[in-house]
Amino acid sequence: MPPVLETRKLSKRFGGFIACNDVSLNIQPGARHALIGPNGAGKTTLINLLSGFLEPGAGEVFLRGENVTRLAQHRRVKRGLVRTFQINQLFAEMTVLESVVLSTCERLGLGWRWWQPVENHVHAVSEATELLSSLHLLDVAQEKVRSLPYGKRRLIEIALALASKPQILLLDEPAAGVPASESRELFERIARLPRDVTILLIEHDMDLVFRFAERITVMVGGALLAEDVPEVIANDRRVKEVYLGEAHDA
Amino acid sequence: MSRDISMRAEYAFWLLPVLAYFVFGENLALLSQIAITALFVLSLDLILGYAGIISLGHAAFFGLGAYAAGLLAKYGWGDPLLGLAAGALVAATAGFASSFLVLRGSDLTRLMVTLGVSLMLFEAANKLTDFTGGVDGLQGVEMQPLLGLFSFDLYSKTAYWYSLAVLFLLFWLARRLVRSPFGLSLRGIKQNVTRMPALGTPVHRRLVAIYSIGAAYAGVAGALLTQTTQFVSLDVMAFSRSAELLLILVLGGSGNLYGALIGTIVFMAAHHFLADINPQYWQFWLGAALVLVVLFARDGIMGMLRRLVTRGAQ
Repeated sequence: MPPVLETRKLSKRFGGFIACNDVSLNIQPGARHALIGPNGAGKTTLINLLSGFLEPGAGEVFLRGENVTRLAQHRRVKRGLVRTFQINQLFAEMTVLESVVLSTCERLGLGWRWWQPVENHVHAVSEATELLSSLHLLDVAQEKVRSLPYGKRRLIEIALALASKPQILLLDEPAAGVPASESRELFERIARLPRDVTILLIEHDMDLVFRFAERITVMVGGALLAEDVPEVIANDRRVKEVYLGEAHDA
Repeated sequence: MSRDISMRAEYAFWLLPVLAYFVFGENLALLSQIAITALFVLSLDLILGYAGIISLGHAAFFGLGAYAAGLLAKYGWGDPLLGLAAGALVAATAGFASSFLVLRGSDLTRLMVTLGVSLMLFEAANKLTDFTGGVDGLQGVEMQPLLGLFSFDLYSKTAYWYSLAVLFLLFWLARRLVRSPFGLSLRGIKQNVTRMPALGTPVHRRLVAIYSIGAAYAGVAGALLTQTTQFVSLDVMAFSRSAELLLILVLGGSGNLYGALIGTIVFMAAHHFLADINPQYWQFWLGAALVLVVLFARDGIMGMLRRLVTRGAQ
């Protein structure tokens, strides 16, 4: 099958630091693909390049065969490529419902409507409500985002992305800082996404990665080191040395 | 319940200017100025309070609207509503054109670019004396009766109801706008500009749109001032007007449409009374009030009122 998301020799430098070096990556449709590697390996930079948050210095990004290397971030979202952020990017002064409705309005193409109040756009509101209900967030729907505990805010980070109905979802350490019991629930929710949603995941918790991923790419020092099914990666000598070995030392 | 209260408060608020007409009947010129200034502050609230675009040069659009309406009337098209439309159009066009400069970069860049653009326009108006009258102001602005029925009278009765009606109408439109999905997206941009493109929002275009709308509002306010005073002074574009505007909005509470209105009323009333008592130093008290508001009540008078109401409700 042709890959749904593909990079060819993608590179990005910050001054003298090479954050991403000649990365050529294929993501298959419907994949549950994890991207792992030590801190500073360039995983978040890669997500930033894929989503259009950053422009690459060299190389290309293809989305379903279309060259999107210079395409603005919001246009990639319209094509179904949606990301979450490692550090929460939320709307602190809005209620939970308002911020999710903001996202559903945008998905439904209502962002320019200026005459009817938000609550009259029933479709956007009901879609947001259903999503919050499926994430067990309905009871905090009317709370201000900033008043919520971190674990809940982390869920809203995901909810905003899910509200865009992604076809390809890039998750940057979704469970970072979330208590173990809640992170398991979070992953169960992600795993329940329909199979036609492609998922690329950065995660440090190896239990979660090996439970969730069907394919794993290892990144070190800005470059790809290995890519295979989890069983092979788990036994790869190089991966053990640079990645798992380091983790055991720590 | 709380929605009920705020609805009633809104109705009560809009009864005030009607009452004011009867109570302060001999001060209608001042009341018209308050309505016009309120509209001007509202225009800044739309771009700063809702979309987070800071500006130190918003008087440029006020001035463009004022000159557009003044020149139109001077050369024979003295219909007031036509003048308002011209003021809105000229200012919106300038807002649209300058938005591409303004929306680049950080808050500091925006402050400097808006300031720079307004200084250039001020000096242009100063220099083009044949056109604007320069420091002597634009003379010979002859207004036709409003709707062909109400001529502008010496007691400012027409001026007052006219300014008030325009303020009310544009306030109502702004109120719809800020509560719509478009308005919600502006609040989103203000609160987290990093996230918005990741939701599929064309951030730059939204900002261009609201900046142009804010400019149009300011242009209408400028045109109103010209029409109700039948004169354009060069200081419609002065830096002090932009600075005062920012001050009133912060005082009243930005990001709240009523904050813009209440800030204007408080400021203009304080100006009027303090300047009577202490004509030379009234700005001292103004400065003190501003410092206190910024340090202790960041969301202005409107924020204080809201806190009082919620405390009262509990």
